[in-house]
Amino acid sequence: MQVELAVNGEARTVEVEPRMSLLDCLRERLLLVGAHAGCEHGVCGACTVLLDGAPVRACLMFAVQADGYAITTIEGLAPGPGELSLVQDAFCETHGMQCGYCTPAMILTAHALLARDPAPTRAEIVDAISANICRCTGYAQIVEAIALAAERMRGLNLPASKP
Amino acid sequence: MSTPAFRFVSADRRVREDRRFVAGKGCFAADVVLPGTRHVALVTCPHPAARILAIDKRGALAMAGVHYVLDGRELAAATQPLLAGLDTPNVARRPLAVEVARYAGEWVAAVVADSRALAEDAAEMVRVDYEPLPFVLDGETAYATGSPPVHAEHGSNVLLDRTFVWGEVEKDFAQSPHRLALRVTWGRNSTVPIETFGVLASWDPWRELLDVYASVQMPRFPDQVALALRLPGSAVRVHNDVDVGGSYGVKRGIKHAVLVGYLSRRLGFPVRLVEDRLENMRGGDGHGPERNFDLELAFDDAGVIRAMKMRALDNVGAYAGRSPFQLGKPIGAIVGPYRIRSVQYRAIAVTSNKTVQEAVRAFGQSPTNFAIERAIEEVARHRGLDRVEARRRNLIRADEFPYLIPSGTTYDSGDYHAVIDKVLARADYAGLIAERDRLRAQGLLAGIGIAACLEPSGANSTFEPLLNPKNATTTYTESCRLNVDVGGAVTATIHTLSAGQGHETLVGTVIGEVLQIDPDRIRVVRPDSLSSLPSQSPVGSRMAIMLGGAAFHAAQKLKARLLAIAAHDLAIPPEQALYDKGDVFDRGAPQSRRSWSELVTIAHRHFHRLPPGTEPGLAFSHVMQVPTGGRLPDADGRVQMYPCFAFEFHLLLIAIDPDLGKPEIKRYFLGHDCGTVINPKIVRGMTMGGIAHGIGAALYEEFAYSEEGQLLAQSLMDYLLPSSHEVPPVEIIHHETPSPHTVFGQKGSGESGYLGAPAAIASAINDALQPLGIAVNHLPIKIAQLGDMIAAARGEA
Repeated sequence: MQVELAVNGEARTVEVEPRMSLLDCLRERLLLVGAHAGCEHGVCGACTVLLDGAPVRACLMFAVQADGYAITTIEGLAPGPGELSLVQDAFCETHGMQCGYCTPAMILTAHALLARDPAPTRAEIVDAISANICRCTGYAQIVEAIALAAERMRGLNLPASKP
Repeated sequence: MSTPAFRFVSADRRVREDRRFVAGKGCFAADVVLPGTRHVALVTCPHPAARILAIDKRGALAMAGVHYVLDGRELAAATQPLLAGLDTPNVARRPLAVEVARYAGEWVAAVVADSRALAEDAAEMVRVDYEPLPFVLDGETAYATGSPPVHAEHGSNVLLDRTFVWGEVEKDFAQSPHRLALRVTWGRNSTVPIETFGVLASWDPWRELLDVYASVQMPRFPDQVALALRLPGSAVRVHNDVDVGGSYGVKRGIKHAVLVGYLSRRLGFPVRLVEDRLENMRGGDGHGPERNFDLELAFDDAGVIRAMKMRALDNVGAYAGRSPFQLGKPIGAIVGPYRIRSVQYRAIAVTSNKTVQEAVRAFGQSPTNFAIERAIEEVARHRGLDRVEARRRNLIRADEFPYLIPSGTTYDSGDYHAVIDKVLARADYAGLIAERDRLRAQGLLAGIGIAACLEPSGANSTFEPLLNPKNATTTYTESCRLNVDVGGAVTATIHTLSAGQGHETLVGTVIGEVLQIDPDRIRVVRPDSLSSLPSQSPVGSRMAIMLGGAAFHAAQKLKARLLAIAAHDLAIPPEQALYDKGDVFDRGAPQSRRSWSELVTIAHRHFHRLPPGTEPGLAFSHVMQVPTGGRLPDADGRVQMYPCFAFEFHLLLIAIDPDLGKPEIKRYFLGHDCGTVINPKIVRGMTMGGIAHGIGAALYEEFAYSEEGQLLAQSLMDYLLPSSHEVPPVEIIHHETPSPHTVFGQKGSGESGYLGAPAAIASAINDALQPLGIAVNHLPIKIAQLGDMIAAARGEA
């Protein structure tokens, strides 16, 4: 069946089986492979994308259910080719990753957190990413990246919705 | 020793790989799809052991979009068994079971269809008739005579049973006033990367070439795939520019690659297998060591240990590749950081009807460290010593390096006491004890955890000849090629895949350091396996030493050439030429110089200006031999295992809710000495990740089996990976004792943190439980078990 998806600000029409997950649709139909399959049962969070700004598990949702929502994937965050968003740059500054597999989901989760709370405490950052499993880092440099992004964001005096 | 001044080494520079990952532009195996790719799903055996009587493929093959159902018999007829580490020819390992399946979840047939979803549907339509067979799960039971052999042709379940004696063990035992014995056990866990294993293979019948894109971390991977498929090595092209989404040892993937490689040749289109989480955990052959240690120690009144006997029995599962070697690596650090003068070590590997074991971070060293550390604590208890003091009395002192241990390995360098001093000072050890006692006064069980241990690094794989007499491997290469193009741009190569270790940053930093140019100007690429120099893979904490070493020496060769060209062109004696950030000048007349671009032009275009006999162009490669390597083990099994030994000292405070059994890590300090740190961000990340993994291994993660032989953890809801809530902040205290064997004094750090965290957490729990008179000698110790133990000890059964 046909589904209308608004992905990274662009209207896309996709033909999918009703049983196709949003994750498979993004990866296989739209070739947005920055969202990753980790467990496909909603635990690891590697498939996280934003739906109307809120983090969701793309593996637990059918593509047809996403009809009408604004979907943001990692590919929608960079301001331009070769450029990084403030959060992406902060992850580079602290090396908040290793293998990079959980990273897109982690960054989207961080964007969602900072959009609703520009000054999260350490505990709030830890809580916000607790549904995203990272096997490489032990989380320390991820938490620092998000705290750094928040600090820089406040320094820039940007509107909270645009980290 | 004064620290040499580095420009880029040790500087807190960014990691170049990160830019692509934060943009979602990594290239993982599942991101590679060639036109016409078909997908595999697997039919798995539901029994721990069963004879395969019949496979009925008709239902699956009748479905539209289903192309093929492959069984083990067809695959076995066309391929060789997978390479085994030990000399055990009757333990054949193949991608699909042939006649007998030997663990629940073993792959019995592979279905190929237009989509993965369709392949999964069709896999459910394949009917297999089984005759269940007797099975064995427990390692000691498998070892006992009379247990059902997993491989009848092999005759027993024993793959390896060798006893080493190094030094006067019996005499030292007889002469020691005190002895103790204990059993320590390490449960089956693994690294469980977030990316499952994935592989795409595409056979080109006109070029007679198999292209392989895999998320792999496996020594000799292209070679092993070619051998199994009966192809020359030059017919298998493995693409090294695939990003691996975490591995930490387990992504071996030979059976997966052989399976899809065969299917692609057989069917004439690209075939892909990306494991789902269940396939990964149950049939992906990626479990870690499951080990019983029986320890005996002989020591004196002061708690000084003279001799140790260790029996290690490892349950490797139904088949074996390199996993029994995980009993071999710890021989290179069998006494840990301690001065134990004689050792008896018995290494036993047995098969069982469980999922196959593969390499896991630290390759058997972390369980061994846990066993040694438990034993030290028992010595401390026996002698009434403070646990830090008991360790101090046995630690090798800084003035004793290089230090030869009984099993024949010489430790390179270290200053263990200095590291411990630093940590105790930073943590305020007395204050930490006071904090523990305050928590106890509040009704909590609280304990201080301690572990001192080593990270052998620079893998040389000497356990291969040690445990397999038919294998005389004495080198374990890593390589780098360096090219300066006609415009003066520098490109360097890596000849293996990476799984987040920052190797491109490593190579750039090292070459930038040698050439005195900005590392960011150096392009780092990964040629495919057919364009590659001899290379293994990032195992055994080796890449800083081995890839860093190869890059260093290639850059030195380039620098030497530039000096020779300039000296010749300036008509000065070579020793009078000085290199300065790419330019070369006459030390007697500094204004007389040749710039980088002039030298590059001479090398590439002006043959008439080159020193006679010089190859034009600027292309250099270096194939690195492992420092201190190159010798076979002696008859007593004495051997130089790894070249470098990093040290770590863990100190933590834990509080356990006595009613729930829930432990909470209140403080965590780590003293870490891995020699010269090349990139602080990378080393810190590795170490923190290792501690997180160690917390999982100690408290949460286990591949447990039911009595019926079924794996109980089949999803990430049953196999618990530490989240951000479970990993506390850790204060890392650095110390640098350079290694004399490496180009910058670096040692490995890829397994740091994991080497000691499980031992340290067990130590903390045991300190907390000590007032109840109970002890934990098994990991993992899960919350429910801990709660039950505490309740029983308090008489609340």
